[in-house]
Amino acid sequence: MTPPPKKARTVQETATDRLARLLTMVPWLVARQGIDLDQAAAELGITVEQLETDLRLLYLCGYGQMPDELIDAQWENGRVFVTNADTIARPLRLGRDEALTLMVGLRALASVPGLGERDAIERAMAKLEQATGASAAAAARVEVAISEGVEAGLLSDARRAVEGHRRVHLRYLVPSRDEATERDVDPMRVVNLDSRWYLEGWCHLAQDTRTFRMDRIARLDVLDEDGTPPPDAQLRDLDLGAFTPRPDDTPVTLRLQPGATWVSDYYPVDSVQTDPDGSQTVTLRTADTLWLRRLVWRLGGRGTVLAPAEVAASVREGAQEALQAYE
Amino acid sequence: MSSPTGPAAKTERLLNLVLCLLYTRRPLPKSRIRAVVPQYGDATSDEAFDRMFERDKDELRELGIPLVTEDIGGAWDDEVGYRIDQREYALPDISFEADELAVLGLASRTWAHASLAGPAAQALRKLKAAGIERDGDSLIGIEPRLGTSEPAFEPVKNAVVGQRTISFGYRTGGEGEVMTRVVQPWGLASWHGRWYLTGFDLDRDAARVFRLSRIDGDVTEVKNAEPYAVPADHRAQEMISTTVGEQRTRDAVVRVRADRGNTLRRRATSTTDLGEWSELVVPFGDDDALADEVCGYGADVVVTSPPEVRELVVQRLRGALAAHSGGAA
Repeated sequence: MTPPPKKARTVQETATDRLARLLTMVPWLVARQGIDLDQAAAELGITVEQLETDLRLLYLCGYGQMPDELIDAQWENGRVFVTNADTIARPLRLGRDEALTLMVGLRALASVPGLGERDAIERAMAKLEQATGASAAAAARVEVAISEGVEAGLLSDARRAVEGHRRVHLRYLVPSRDEATERDVDPMRVVNLDSRWYLEGWCHLAQDTRTFRMDRIARLDVLDEDGTPPPDAQLRDLDLGAFTPRPDDTPVTLRLQPGATWVSDYYPVDSVQTDPDGSQTVTLRTADTLWLRRLVWRLGGRGTVLAPAEVAASVREGAQEALQAYE
Repeated sequence: MSSPTGPAAKTERLLNLVLCLLYTRRPLPKSRIRAVVPQYGDATSDEAFDRMFERDKDELRELGIPLVTEDIGGAWDDEVGYRIDQREYALPDISFEADELAVLGLASRTWAHASLAGPAAQALRKLKAAGIERDGDSLIGIEPRLGTSEPAFEPVKNAVVGQRTISFGYRTGGEGEVMTRVVQPWGLASWHGRWYLTGFDLDRDAARVFRLSRIDGDVTEVKNAEPYAVPADHRAQEMISTTVGEQRTRDAVVRVRADRGNTLRRRATSTTDLGEWSELVVPFGDDDALADEVCGYGADVVVTSPPEVRELVVQRLRGALAAHSGGAA
């Protein structure tokens, strides 16, 4: 089987990107003398090998080349010490994009209906503005609205349930099967992905973790019961997007015409092969071939299921049946 | 000891340069810098060193490092020196409360699966550099995430933030032709999960909204463009929601099989039960969006009116049928 899809694109780090990273890493390590090597690498978002390579490089640098002018970096016993680095012991000011991400992120949070941390957001914002100056004005030109598509009451009830570990009862519309279902859920997280709100939790009906689109929750009741999910309940990796395939899902091959190639951007796919005319052949996995049929009907001929043949046949039969109503 | 040439050697050279320019109180002349930073010893000639040093200065400034040039007089009047002012360089010493760091962490994670994930993580690390994190429970219970999958996002964002006039190919409508647009960017906003650019369209001489996913090909900066100001009362989101958003709503009549078409049933303003089927009146704004939704229900939903949506549905279904009827159909 093919490995799970990865959306992350590995990009070669340039010399200046690495410099910027080191100028942030040094103050961070200086303030954490003796930190465990593995922990430092994890928190810095790099591999242990990369961290060791970085430390070896730091060891060679200084404001002069006399021994007492060089940075001292040691990590022999799995603990990292960086000394004689006073010159760069403070981080570089926030760059334009850095300031922008935090300010826009904070403003997005501030727009979440019913969020109780407004005070902390405002204080953080004021300090950030003070630290970034001109970047703050520029960041104001980028706006994000995530307040739409959900009722404030529903959002705050769901959040309260997550924080208080309380079970909820949902009346939930499953559009792929076009059913309204009733189920009890131990909520684990409320997320907003690309302007859509989702509630994730342990579903007692499915006996598995499930993601519920909040605009499809017809009713949510917070129950008195404890809603601590089972210890082995796993949240999905959000960075893979809203749809994470599972290894035992059905593999599907899809042919996409140029007008339909958004599909391969929008859903996680295992492979994409793009032809000179811009059309694509993609493979993906899904537990729900009904979902796939619905997608292909919408694509109106710009998407074709090449395999499995049963799915292609059921797309054809479904379209035929639907057309009869119009003839 | 010097490492082999390549990106590592360059990082080492730049870091040494930063360190010696930050350390010095007095501006250092080029000759002194060449002696102090060992990697400049690799330069085979004065010209090679000059080129290397000029490029390095530009790259440091590009990173936001405030490298200044100062007149150091001396034997030759026009001799200049270089240094980096520690106060200008360093992030001001701000301390954040635990709850402030929690919301900042959340703000940073907003970008975790977007093209700005790197700067967002770096920014948070800088703010946390001095502070030791407390083991507080920073669970806020919500996690917003933004996507920036549109290839035009990076260049458009840079143009908006830097106030630079740009030109780009733009597709109008579904499969419409691509026209070149020249725009003074005003704002960038995510609205209903899509990114939009607002700005002044110089050819059309009017304010316009552009959907980033419809930008085709490269976004280029217009050289020597007139400087412009963003109107003080400009609110990107308001402009987008009035332009793109609430288009006039009309009513569609659809027939839906019992217990089916639940998303349509939820929005229906009237429901008439006809036994096996129900007839719904559903308000809608966009013909294509409604046709997509109806097609997704296959044979369980039938559009009665308006005829143009009915026609779109029939077209899509016929297309899907034809695409799956090759050979042994």
